[in-house]
Amino acid sequence: MSLASTQKKSFGAVLWDYLTTVDHKKLGNMYIVAGAFFFILGGIEALVIRIQLMKPENDFISAGLYNEMITMHGTTMIFFAAMPILLGLMNAIMPLQIGARDVAFPFLNSLGFWLFLFGGIMLNLSWFLGGAPDAGWTAYTPLSTQSPGHGVDFYVMGLQLSGAGTLIGGINFLVTIVTMRGPGMTYMRMPLFTWTTFIASILILFAFPALTVGLFLLMFDRMFGSAFFDVALGGNSIIWQHLFWIFGHPEVYILILPAFGIFSEIFPVFSKKRLFGYSSMVFATFMIAFLGFMVWAHHMLTVGLGPVANSIFAVATMAIAVPTGIKIFNWLATMWGGSIRINSAMLWSLAFIPSFTIGGMTGVMLATATADYQYHDTYFVIGHFHYVIVGGTLFGILAGLHYWWPKLFGKVLHEGMGKIAFWIFFIGFHLTFFVQHFLGLMGMPRRYWVFLENQGLDTGNLVSTIGAFLMTIGTIIFIINIVYTSIKGEKASADPWGTGRTLEWAVSSPPPEYNFKKLPLVRGLDAYWIEKMDGNDKMTPAEPLVDIHMPNGSILPVTMTIGFFIASFGFIYQVDNKSWLALVFIGFAIALGSMLIRSLKDDHGYHIHKEDLEREAD
Amino acid sequence: MTDNTNINKINSYENTRRKEEMKHQVITFVLMIAFTLIAFLVVAAELSRTFVIPFILLLAVVQVGFQFYYFMHMKDKGHEIISSLIFGGIWIAAVTVLTFTTIIWW
Ligand code: HEM
Ligand SMILES: [Cu+2]
Repeated sequence: MSLASTQKKSFGAVLWDYLTTVDHKKLGNMYIVAGAFFFILGGIEALVIRIQLMKPENDFISAGLYNEMITMHGTTMIFFAAMPILLGLMNAIMPLQIGARDVAFPFLNSLGFWLFLFGGIMLNLSWFLGGAPDAGWTAYTPLSTQSPGHGVDFYVMGLQLSGAGTLIGGINFLVTIVTMRGPGMTYMRMPLFTWTTFIASILILFAFPALTVGLFLLMFDRMFGSAFFDVALGGNSIIWQHLFWIFGHPEVYILILPAFGIFSEIFPVFSKKRLFGYSSMVFATFMIAFLGFMVWAHHMLTVGLGPVANSIFAVATMAIAVPTGIKIFNWLATMWGGSIRINSAMLWSLAFIPSFTIGGMTGVMLATATADYQYHDTYFVIGHFHYVIVGGTLFGILAGLHYWWPKLFGKVLHEGMGKIAFWIFFIGFHLTFFVQHFLGLMGMPRRYWVFLENQGLDTGNLVSTIGAFLMTIGTIIFIINIVYTSIKGEKASADPWGTGRTLEWAVSSPPPEYNFKKLPLVRGLDAYWIEKMDGNDKMTPAEPLVDIHMPNGSILPVTMTIGFFIASFGFIYQVDNKSWLALVFIGFAIALGSMLIRSLKDDHGYHIHKEDLEREAD
Repeated sequence: MTDNTNINKINSYENTRRKEEMKHQVITFVLMIAFTLIAFLVVAAELSRTFVIPFILLLAVVQVGFQFYYFMHMKDKGHEIISSLIFGGIWIAAVTVLTFTTIIWW
């Protein structure tokens, strides 16, 4: 096996390997790479927005293009950058952390990835096919039902594809964690990142159907002449807002909980101390998830739901600050008295605490229903959610990437560059978004193409744009770091940080395709650390060396996805000319045909034989 | 010898357990059919709507319960996570329906 992998493969073979793989580690890396690509796209869009808002009455881009930019920036960053990278980390790390050889449904795992990727491609193709969606990432009706052209259609179909992929991924993680935990891995011995993966997956399971339903209604309204959101025909446009936010608020917790999990892994490792208040952490995560479903109307406080509904949702929203506070104090207490080592992963984690706390504080301000009439739809909201999403989720992603890079790609990122990138990005981040709070309080509305001069908004906007350029520089240094590391970096050992506590550090970096030669016996929380404290440098195996059963790769996820992809184009263009419906039939034929093959063809996987395993070095 | 009796004991325990199980299944099955019949009957009897609609909904809830607990074995051990997930989902759906029926105006 290792012989084969060291031999040089042709490009075609490598490509085929990636198209057909069902290995959770490879899929994890693919999620991360694809997510990073979309992150760069979204970043360029952000930069264009900031250049437009650099000075009063700027005409760098037209008003219409500006609307496309803000819509695509938000949609890309949330659905195609932040979520996939998190899903990628979960995919790559979670099975290792619970001592499993793969996820429960490797085939579905691959299907989820391809649906996400083609959804993202679909959305971005709109740039070349007559214009991107321009109704905001929230696509409020009736703006979105009346937006001319096909832009919003691409939004609907792209999100529908990738949303299906995300649902599949979430269900897969749930089943994996419920059924595939290794010997001795009880629930309360699971690392916090596994816990947050579990809870974020529950959120995906319950939140995404609301989006799916909303998108279907929007699709029917736009493409098939229905009137769910058309007030003139007896529809109701507020229903979209409810459906979107019933999904949307849990979505922001889908983004932040895994990041919480990442920090909960990093602080103990680099403080050389166990996580403070493990069970309260688990409890707080559940509380956040539970409350997270009962607060969506805080995005609609100015819609006119009435004082009773507004008060209920305001109080429920503020309640979330309590479990979040528990977590913040637990992280601080974890570091308290520990022997702290500050490297890039730790820097991002440390920077997260104050940044996210500011975001949480402005969140509570926004949740004050009466005051929200002043804040709503101003730059104050933009300031709030960038403090939580960049300062929380993105810092978490970057911390996690530095921390797990050796596990994912077998090399340790360059520390010096990591620190420089951090500082430039960190300063840029606060420059960009801190002033936006004040711009908002001074009355600058969000999503406006231009602002007038001499209204006290000029300096703030300039500062904000300068900050955006600093963040860009930080990102570029990070990318250079990645390139440098993959060329020059030295191969990492299994436990490159030396203080790894969880199971993923007990296997080589990157791990073999079967993860664990013998499944390890878990004797408590921080399983690997326990073994180290007992003087073992390896996990105690829970089984003798036996043949390992592996799933076969398959191209069917790709063909299925391509089928749905083609059908989506059919749906979009049949509005102009019914003959496009042919694409719908062709697409569904391909997709359903692939499903049929999958159902009828027995696939029992293969075995890696004991003898081959023995031959391999540890 | 002792081994054998042990196995016999386990077998007879298994058998009574299976019989019990079968009895439950049949009873629930009969009840399900009865409920369905009752639902049709109350509609046919042309009672007042304010009674019929909540009544049928109640029957439906009980039937879903039977479905989950008896036919889909949620009453058995090892289904705690699954049932909490299902109840979580029901709760969220209920909150959603509640809002849609209360704070959305037409
Ligand atoms: C203590 C916790 C939080 C509270 C109390 C809170 C509260 C709020 C409120 C009331 C709004 C609506 C403001 C308005 O439109 O007038 C809002 C917007 C938003 N929040 Fe939060 N939030 C919290 C945490 C988070 C987190 C953790 C995230 C994401 C990681 C997040 C992401 C967002 C986003 C994306 C929006 C704006 C959506 C839009 O209109 O485009 N929030 N938040
Ligand atoms: Cu929210």
